[in-house]
Amino acid sequence: MRVKRRYNQRWPAMRVIKDNRLIDDRWQRIARMDDDHALPAGDVIVPFHYWQAHREALLTRGSNIGVCINGDIETEELAGDLDHFPLIALEFPAFTDGRCYSHARLLRDRYGYRGELRAVGDVLRDQLFFMRRCGIDSFELRNDKDIEDALRAFSEITVRYQAAADTAGPLYRNR
Amino acid sequence: MYQYDKYDQTLVDERVAQFRDQTRRFLAGELSEDEFRPLRLMNGLYLQRYAPMLRVSIPYGLLSSTQLRMLAHIARTYDKGSGHFSTRQNIQYNWPRLEDAPEILAELATVQMHAIQTSGNCIRNITSDQFAGIARDELEDPRPYCEIIRQWSTLHPEFSYLPRKFKIAVSGASHDRAAVQVHDIGLYLVRNEQGETGFRVLAGGGLGRTPYIGSQIRDFLEKQHLLSYLEAIVRIYNRYGRRDNKYKARIKILVHSLGAEKFRDKVEAEWAHIRDSSLLLEQKEIDRVRAFFTAPAYDPAAGMDTSFADQYKTSPAFTTWVNRNVKGHKAAGYRAVVVSLKAPANPPGDASHKQMDVIADLADRYSHSEVIVTHDQNLVLPHVKQADLYAVWQVLRENELATPNIGLLTDIICCPGLDYCSLAEAGSIPIAREINRRFDDLDYLHDIGDIKIKMSGCVNACGHHHVGHIGILGVDKKGREVYQLTLGGSAENDACIGDRLGPAIDKDDVVDAIGKILDVYVEYRQEAERFIDTYRRIGIEPFKERVYASKTAVQPKVASYAGH
Ligand code: SF4
Repeated sequence: MRVKRRYNQRWPAMRVIKDNRLIDDRWQRIARMDDDHALPAGDVIVPFHYWQAHREALLTRGSNIGVCINGDIETEELAGDLDHFPLIALEFPAFTDGRCYSHARLLRDRYGYRGELRAVGDVLRDQLFFMRRCGIDSFELRNDKDIEDALRAFSEITVRYQAAADTAGPLYRNR
Repeated sequence: MYQYDKYDQTLVDERVAQFRDQTRRFLAGELSEDEFRPLRLMNGLYLQRYAPMLRVSIPYGLLSSTQLRMLAHIARTYDKGSGHFSTRQNIQYNWPRLEDAPEILAELATVQMHAIQTSGNCIRNITSDQFAGIARDELEDPRPYCEIIRQWSTLHPEFSYLPRKFKIAVSGASHDRAAVQVHDIGLYLVRNEQGETGFRVLAGGGLGRTPYIGSQIRDFLEKQHLLSYLEAIVRIYNRYGRRDNKYKARIKILVHSLGAEKFRDKVEAEWAHIRDSSLLLEQKEIDRVRAFFTAPAYDPAAGMDTSFADQYKTSPAFTTWVNRNVKGHKAAGYRAVVVSLKAPANPPGDASHKQMDVIADLADRYSHSEVIVTHDQNLVLPHVKQADLYAVWQVLRENELATPNIGLLTDIICCPGLDYCSLAEAGSIPIAREINRRFDDLDYLHDIGDIKIKMSGCVNACGHHHVGHIGILGVDKKGREVYQLTLGGSAENDACIGDRLGPAIDKDDVVDAIGKILDVYVEYRQEAERFIDTYRRIGIEPFKERVYASKTAVQPKVASYAGH
């Protein structure tokens, strides 16, 4: 099979941040693939369009399936399929593209998604705090960055004015 | 005014430590310039033409004397001795060192100040009416809502990487002094038929390359829905605002490409999902924040004073100043004093550290320790007893802060332009200086009366030129600074975008052109008609004919300007 690798040059990912800790990862993320090539064995994350085109085959292959969406794909489009995915990857093509923050919140708050939400792409330490607050709970850090160092991102700011995925109510209720 | 509790203080302290570390990582090469840029911008730090620029947040323009003294201290210690108050009611320092920025922020945090979200593609400082809390035409003080919005928007996890910057203004008075209609979201406090106060909501206003007046998307929003409705608007913007072209990325483009109706439908549909969530604003919280903005203990005898009337009669210079720079107040015997930062030789909006200290002292002595920054780049001492006006005036005059020109031709709104800003195409401060030099006769200025000149050094329109009665936009034409004039703009209740007068004008001819425009006004005006009213009555033609009768015109350059 031919897999084009983007962002994640150390594919398959060795370590990701999950729940503020480093873990060895079991998922293989296929960033882009041709239809006529077979998927590798094991748990895979496929592009959302691939899921749409090969839904039946994927459901019967006997592994866990995750999908990857970016800001162009409406969360509404996959809302009906959420039960099939233990993991949804949210792709940040550039860390300044903030659409997936809204995606994460919608998936958590509106569609009640309880699986793993993983940030992939241009994922850097200084955005992890915001991502985490929106309900993203695992992070495939850009591979040129120090993943141990990135763990510090979660404890830098302890005050949260707003309710979000990590905070049930607004801060003023504690005052 | 609002006082930080342990949560607010912890947040700004932690933010300073975070930025200190980010700066260290940048200087150590761990963060690239591209990675560091949004981080420093969200802490107010630009890299400018000659040095970094640090923009400090002044929420809704309100400062304590202690805070103003800190701003003076920073000007003295880390800058060349002055600061520039901006149209966003913030202050900018033009000469700090990048390495010092974390230390400056740490000093600010000791007086409950910060530079969070004064730049970057996020929700910026919430602006308001400079006379909030004291204006006679006020329905309700907007500042508690500004503060509630400030907290909601501070480090908002979903809205820190929007397509572009996002500005919100709130006004509670019948006269709009906050340019509400040219904001991404504008909120007017209004009363409904049941006598409840709530908000009229506008969205999609903004200046810049493609100016728009905001569209009303809701005529009445109950207060408890304030945050959920804002969240719905900003979420729609975050999801659907353009990210491929920064000139088309503001919410105004989304609103106008969808049409206000369709945009509203999207917002309302989103809002239906979240209106009854934990975003529902509790009355208890409104009351809590409101309690910070209660009126100071006014002297009930202030109105009995007779000394003011005597001084007003006997000192013509004082009289002139009172007529122009002193405004009404809802408390009997009190006035609001506008401190002019538009002295002839002064870059508009600049104040030296000495002047800031003087104003802080005056605030302590005469104005319940409060100072307000206005969106037209002056300061206000909001609670001065009429009996104290004379003493205040004398001190202001000694410090070149009493130029009696508020609302006049020389009370120019002006961005830093080519003197500091790396985006500038032309100078704006030199034009302001030239206007001051030419029109230095006070009698003439008072005869011309109320007029708003607003000037920007490039299409980004930080100087709000589109909404000036006379707007001046500097553009670069093959290395030459030329200026496009617009007439008839307004940022008040009757907000509208000015009409372009004609081809751009050479730098040396700008002040002449303004003189001609004023001549036409003087010839055509009826009785006490203001410039803007004369303009609306007679239209642009007489002005155009006069200005372009001679050879001053050069070909226009900014094609996109006319195209939208
Ligand atoms: S209008 Fe242009 S020149 Fe003036 S401050 Fe803004 S970006 Fe700079």
